[in-house]
Amino acid sequence: MEPADELSNDQASLELSADPMRLNMGPSHPAMHGTIRMVIDLDGETLVNLDVQPGYLHRGFEKSCERGTWAQVFPYVDRLNYVSPMLNNVGWALAVEKLLGIEVPERCQYYRVILGELARVADHFTCNGASAMELGAFTPFLWLLKVRDWVWDILERETGARMTHSFGRIGGMAAPPTATFKDDVLRLIPEVHKVVKETEIMLLRNRIFLDRMQGVGVLTKEQALSYGVTGPMARSTGIPYDVRKDHPYLVYDRFDFDVPVGEDGDNWDRFMVRLEEIRQSVRIIEQAIEQMPDDGPINIDDPRIVYPAKDDVYTTIEATIAHFKLVMEGLRTPKGEVYSFTEGGNGELGFHIVSDGSGTPYRVRVRPPCWYGLAASREMLLGGMIADIIPTFGSVNMIGGECDR
Amino acid sequence: MSQAVVERLTAHFGERVLETSDAFGDHEVVVAIKDWAEVAQFMKDDSDLQMDHFIDLTAVDYPERESSRFDLLLMTRSSVTGARIRLRTYVKDGEEPGTLSGIWSGANWAEREVWDMFGIKFNGHPDMRRILLYDEFVGHPLRKDYPIDKAQPLVPYREVSDIDKLPPFGIEEGQPFARIDWEARLAGGDNQVSPAIGVQQGQRRTLSDSEAAQQIQARIKARMAQESAEGEASEHSAEEGSGQ
Repeated sequence: MEPADELSNDQASLELSADPMRLNMGPSHPAMHGTIRMVIDLDGETLVNLDVQPGYLHRGFEKSCERGTWAQVFPYVDRLNYVSPMLNNVGWALAVEKLLGIEVPERCQYYRVILGELARVADHFTCNGASAMELGAFTPFLWLLKVRDWVWDILERETGARMTHSFGRIGGMAAPPTATFKDDVLRLIPEVHKVVKETEIMLLRNRIFLDRMQGVGVLTKEQALSYGVTGPMARSTGIPYDVRKDHPYLVYDRFDFDVPVGEDGDNWDRFMVRLEEIRQSVRIIEQAIEQMPDDGPINIDDPRIVYPAKDDVYTTIEATIAHFKLVMEGLRTPKGEVYSFTEGGNGELGFHIVSDGSGTPYRVRVRPPCWYGLAASREMLLGGMIADIIPTFGSVNMIGGECDR
Repeated sequence: MSQAVVERLTAHFGERVLETSDAFGDHEVVVAIKDWAEVAQFMKDDSDLQMDHFIDLTAVDYPERESSRFDLLLMTRSSVTGARIRLRTYVKDGEEPGTLSGIWSGANWAEREVWDMFGIKFNGHPDMRRILLYDEFVGHPLRKDYPIDKAQPLVPYREVSDIDKLPPFGIEEGQPFARIDWEARLAGGDNQVSPAIGVQQGQRRTLSDSEAAQQIQARIKARMAQESAEGEASEHSAEEGSGQ
C-alpha cells in the first residue's frame, strides 16, 4: 500500500477548512440549563474562542423591587437562587434590618441559621448530584436529590412551601418553629452523613468521573480574586473566604466549623469543597439545635415593623389598621444606603439597597455570586475540549434566576 | 481595618477625596469621575491596601439631581487584610468614566451590565455590548424615567404590518401599578403618584372603560404612525443607497 504522502492530488485536496468552526451551544441545550448561550470557535475539539451570553432569564428583578414595599421583595428573592431560597430570604431580611438598625431575637437568629444551613445542604447536594449526572452517572443524581427532598420535607413543614418559601420577614420570621422542628432536623442529620459517605463510595474512585473532573476547568487564585469569584468556587482555588467566618452575621461566631479549601481550583476541588461544606453545615446545624432556646419571641416587638398576628387582624381594629398600613404603605426605613452581604449557596450574596425614606426601595442591587462565577468560566474553558464545558459549567453552579435576575 | 483604607486614601489623594463616610458601618470614599480609574488602580496596587478582590460595581439613578445624574459605586475587598471599601463617583448623563476592566476582570461584565441597565458607557472598555438584554432593546430599564410597563418594539425580522401582531405584552398590560409615576414626576405634573395609588388617595379618578379604550387606541395610533414614518424613512434611505 502506498504511503499517505504519495496519494494523488485528487485525494489529498479534500476541502478541509483551516478556519475555526463556529458553534452555538444553548440556550436550548440541556447542559446550559436553558438560560445561557455560548458561542464557541472550535479548532477540532479545542475551544479557541468563547463568548458566554447570559440574559435569557432576565425578569427585571431590580426594577420590580422599586415598585412595591420592602416586604414585597421576599417573593422575588425566593426566585433568585431557587435551589436555596431560604438563604436569600434571610439575606434580604438582614439587609433591611441593617438599614433599620434592628436585631432579631436570639431564637429567631438560631432559627434562621438552621433553616439557612438546611438550604445550603440541599443546594450543594443538588449541584454535586447534577454535576455527576451531566457526566452520565444518573444514580448519584437521584441518590443525592433524595436528601434535597428530605430537607424540603422539613422546610415544607416549617414554611408551608417546598421551594419558594417567602418565609422571611423584616424583624423576624413568618412563623415560629413547629413543635417537632428540632426532632425532625436531628433525625435528618445521620441520614445526611450517610449519603455523603455513599456519594464518596460511588464517585470518588470512579475512573471516568476522576478523569472528567481532575485538572479540568482550572481557575487560579489570582483569576478568582480578579473576577470577584466567591463561595465554594473561590474556596476551591485556595482562598479561605467565607462570609460566615470573615464577617460573622446572625450567630455564626458562636459555632465551631471549618472552611474547606481546595488547591487546584479544578472541577474536582469544587466538587470536594461542596461535599465537605455539607458536613460543615451539618456541624453548624447540630450546634445550633443544641443552643437554640425553646421559648421566646421570634419577632421583634415593634408594631411599626412587624405584622400583627393574624388572629388579631381579624378581631381587633388596631391590628387591622396596623396590618393595612404595613401592607399598603409599607414600613418606613431611614434614608440611606447599606450594603449587606451573607454567604449564599454560591458565595457572597449581597444586597445594596438605597432608601429615600419612604416605604418603597429606591434602588435594590443584588450582587449575584454566580454572575461573577459565570464571567470567570470563559477563562476556565478556553483552550480546553468542548466536552469539558459540561462538567466545568456544572461545577460553576450557575443558577439562572440569580445570574440573570 | 476598613477605616485604615479610608485614611490611607485620604492621606494619599488629599483634596481629591471629596467625601468619606461610614454610615451604617459601610466605609465609603467619594472621588471625582476623572480620578475614578486612578484611585481604583491605586487601591489595587498599593502595598498597604491590596484591594485585590473585586466585589461589585453598580449605579444608582437620581434624575432629579441637577449636578450629575448617576452615582457609580465600586465595592472591593482585600484578600490580605480583609478590609472592604466602597468607592463612589458622580456621573453626568453621557459622561464616560474610565473602565476598570483592566484592573479587575470582574469589572468587565459589571460595566456591561451598568451600560445595559443605566446607559453609562465606560471609556476604554474592550467589549461594550449589552449583556442581559438584546441589542434591539430601546432604552435603559433601570433609569427612573423608564416606565416599568413600557412595551418594546419587535425585533426587525418580525415585521409588524397589522395591529394584531403587537409585542407579546400589549401596551396596557404588564405591571401597571407602581408607587411613583416617574414620568409625571419628572415632567413636574401634579399626579406624581401612580394611577392605582392616586385613585385610592383621591388624587385621580378611575377611568371609565370607554375612556380607557380611547386612550389605548390613541396610543396605538400614535405608535403605528411612528412605525410607518420610520418604515418610510428607512425605505427612502435604502432607495438612495441602491441608487449610488
